[in-house]
Amino acid sequence: MRFYEYESRRIVERTGVPVTEYGFCTTATEAREAAQRIGGPTVIKSQVLTGGRMKAGGVKFADTPEESEAHAAEILGLEINGHMPVGVLVDPKADVEQEYYAAVLWDGRAKRPMMLFSDMGGIDIEQVAEQHRDHVGRQHLSNLHPVSDFEAKQAVARCGMTGRELGRATAVLAKLARLQREYDMTLAEINPLARLADGSFVALDAHMEMEDEAVGRHKAMLAEIGVDLEEPRELYEPSAFERNVKAIDAADHRGVIQGKDHGFEGDLGLVIGAGGGSLTLTDAVRSQGGRPANYAEIGGNPSVAKAKGLAMEVLKKDGVEKIAVMMSIVSNTRVDIVARGVIKACLELGKDPAETIAIFRIPGAWEEEGYKILDRYGVEYADRGTSMWDAAGTAVEKIQGGAGP
Amino acid sequence: MSVLLHEDFTFMVQGITGREAVNLTRECLDYGSRVVGGVTPGRKGREVHGVPVFDTVEQAVEHHGSPPNGAVATVPPAFTKDAVFEAIENGIKLIVVVTERIPRRDVAEMVELANERGARIIGPNCLGVIAPGVAKMGGIGGPAKDARKAYEPGRVGVMSRSGGMTTEISSSLTAAGLGVSTAVSIGGDAIIGSTYAELMPLFEADEQTEAIVIYTEPGGRMEAELVDWREANDSRLPIVAFMAGRFMDDEEMQGMSFGHAGTIVEGKEDSATEKIARLETAGIPVVERIHEIPDVVQQRLS
Repeated sequence: MRFYEYESRRIVERTGVPVTEYGFCTTATEAREAAQRIGGPTVIKSQVLTGGRMKAGGVKFADTPEESEAHAAEILGLEINGHMPVGVLVDPKADVEQEYYAAVLWDGRAKRPMMLFSDMGGIDIEQVAEQHRDHVGRQHLSNLHPVSDFEAKQAVARCGMTGRELGRATAVLAKLARLQREYDMTLAEINPLARLADGSFVALDAHMEMEDEAVGRHKAMLAEIGVDLEEPRELYEPSAFERNVKAIDAADHRGVIQGKDHGFEGDLGLVIGAGGGSLTLTDAVRSQGGRPANYAEIGGNPSVAKAKGLAMEVLKKDGVEKIAVMMSIVSNTRVDIVARGVIKACLELGKDPAETIAIFRIPGAWEEEGYKILDRYGVEYADRGTSMWDAAGTAVEKIQGGAGP
Repeated sequence: MSVLLHEDFTFMVQGITGREAVNLTRECLDYGSRVVGGVTPGRKGREVHGVPVFDTVEQAVEHHGSPPNGAVATVPPAFTKDAVFEAIENGIKLIVVVTERIPRRDVAEMVELANERGARIIGPNCLGVIAPGVAKMGGIGGPAKDARKAYEPGRVGVMSRSGGMTTEISSSLTAAGLGVSTAVSIGGDAIIGSTYAELMPLFEADEQTEAIVIYTEPGGRMEAELVDWREANDSRLPIVAFMAGRFMDDEEMQGMSFGHAGTIVEGKEDSATEKIARLETAGIPVVERIHEIPDVVQQRLS
C-alpha cells in the first residue's frame, strides 16, 4: 500500500521523528489559511501517488499566503502521470543547514531489513551510492532481536558523521527502523532529513510503503491517520474488464481468476493460468509476434461459471476475436470444467467455439473428459506433447491468418 | 540418491484438517511418502486418511517417538509464523511452507530462526519437494498417478519459483528421457527460505544430479546470488535457466507485479533483461522456448 506524503508524515510523526508544521489542504482557501498560520515563505506540494512531482509542476514556492492560495488552486487542478491530487501540503520553507537521507528497506538477498544513511540528502540515493560510496552508511538488522540504537549509530558513523549530529541523526534512524518493522513497511524513507540552523533535525519529506499482505493487521493505525481502506490505491485506474473479472472472482469461492489489461492492446484474448504459467504463456504469445489483449490467471479448480465468466469478459473486450485457452500441466484444476466454461462463454455470446477458441492446451487430470467435450464442438486442442511455446504459436498463427482457413 | 528427501523420510502436516491439506496428505501417502502425524489445534484424536491428528507439534513428536524429519505447514497466513516456530522449536529440520500471502517480516523471522536452529525452510508460497520414485512432500505434481507421469527418476535437478512450472518443466525432462533427480518448488515470494544458491550445495553433493534447470521470474536478486555461488565454488553442475515474465519489462508494466508476489521489481537489477544478461554472462544459457530446455541440457551434459 502506498501513502500520500501527508500520510507518511503522520506516520513518521507518530514515532517521534520531528516534522515541520505542515498543513494538508483540499482547497485553495485552506492553503491560504495554512500559509497564514505558518507565517513566512511556504512550499506547496501536490499530494499524488506518483513520482516526478517537481518536474510536472506539482511543487511550488510562495512568499505570501495569497501566492500560496494561487499555487494551490493551480496544483489542485493539475493531473500528474494520470493521477489527480487529493490535496496539497503547505509546508514552511525551512531554514536548512544540511540535508541528509535516511531509509530502512528490505535486502532480499540478506533476508533482513537494511538501514541506509547518507549525509548527501535531497538527491537520488542510487546516484550517491554509485558515485560517493563513502557517503552512504549501511547496517543490516536482525528480524528476531529488537533494533538497538548502536546499529543506527554504526550506519550514521559509517558515512563519516561525528559530534552532536551523530547522536541526533542516530535517534531519527533508530526510530525509522522501529517504524519499518512495527508497520511492515517495504520502504520507510525520509528524504530529505534536514538539520536546521538551530541544530535540530526534521523530516522535510517522507515516503512510506506498507506491504499489502500486512495491511490487515494495521487497520487501527491506518484509521488513526485517516486512510480510507476502500479507496483503491492502484498505480492506475482499474479498467471495466479488470473490475468485472474481480467481481466474478469474488462472487464464487471456487478457484481463482484474475485479469489485467493495463498496457495490453492486442486482438488475442488470453484465458491462461496460473502464476508462472501465465507469465510463460504471455511471453510465448508476444515473442511469436502475437498481440495479447490481456493478461489472465485461472487456477485452483474454478467452477464452470467462473471459467465462463473470465472467457466472456475477455471475449467482450474491444478487438478480441479469438481466445487462447492454455495452462501448464495442472493437477487440481479440472480440465473438463474449464472446457465447459469457455465453450459456454462462446455459445452465450453467439460465437462458434471452433472458430473462437484458437487453441485449448490444458494437460492434466480429467483431460480425456475435456477432450470429449472439445471434440463435440470441433475445438482444436493439444496435450502435454505440444509445448506451451508451440500452443501459443498456433494461436498466433490462427489469428494472424484471418478468419477463414 | 536425491536431495532433501530419502526413502525413510518422515513428516507431519500442520493444519492437516484443512481442505487442501487433506488432499495433500492423500496424495503424499499414495505416492509412498511417510506422513506420520498431523496438527490442528482442538482436533486431537481425529484421523486424516489414517494419519493421527494432534493439538500440538509436541504431541505429534511424542507419539512418533522423536521429531519427524519434516513438516508441511499449510495454515492461514496470520498463523503461519507461529506454526513454523512451533515446528522449529520442536526439533523439525525441514519445513515446507505452502501458505501464500504471508507478510515478509513474518517470513524473515521464520527464516532467521530456522538458521539459528540449523533447520531449513522451503517456500513459502510453494508446492514442496519431490524426489521421483522416493517420496513427495507437498502438493507438487498433484495426485500420485499424475506425479508419476510427470516425474521419472533421472539426472536433472529442478528448482522453480513457480509450483506449476516445476511440473511442466520436469514433465518435458521426463519425456526427453533425462528424468529428474529432485524437484524443488522454492516459492514465489520476495523472501523465501531456500534460494537457488542455498540449495546448490545439496545438488552438488548428490551423485544422481548431473545438471540443474532453474525457472525464474523478474523481481529479487536470486540469480546474482546463484552466479556468485557458482563462481566461488567451481561447481561441476551445468545450469540451464528459463525466464518467464519478459513482458514485464515494458514501460506500461513498471511497478506492477504479475503471477507471484515476488515479481515486484524494486530496482533495475531485478528486471528480466538484466537477469538474463547476468546469467548469460556467467555462462548459464537462458532458454526462450520452453520446450528447448531438455535439448540444451543434453548439449551441456555431453
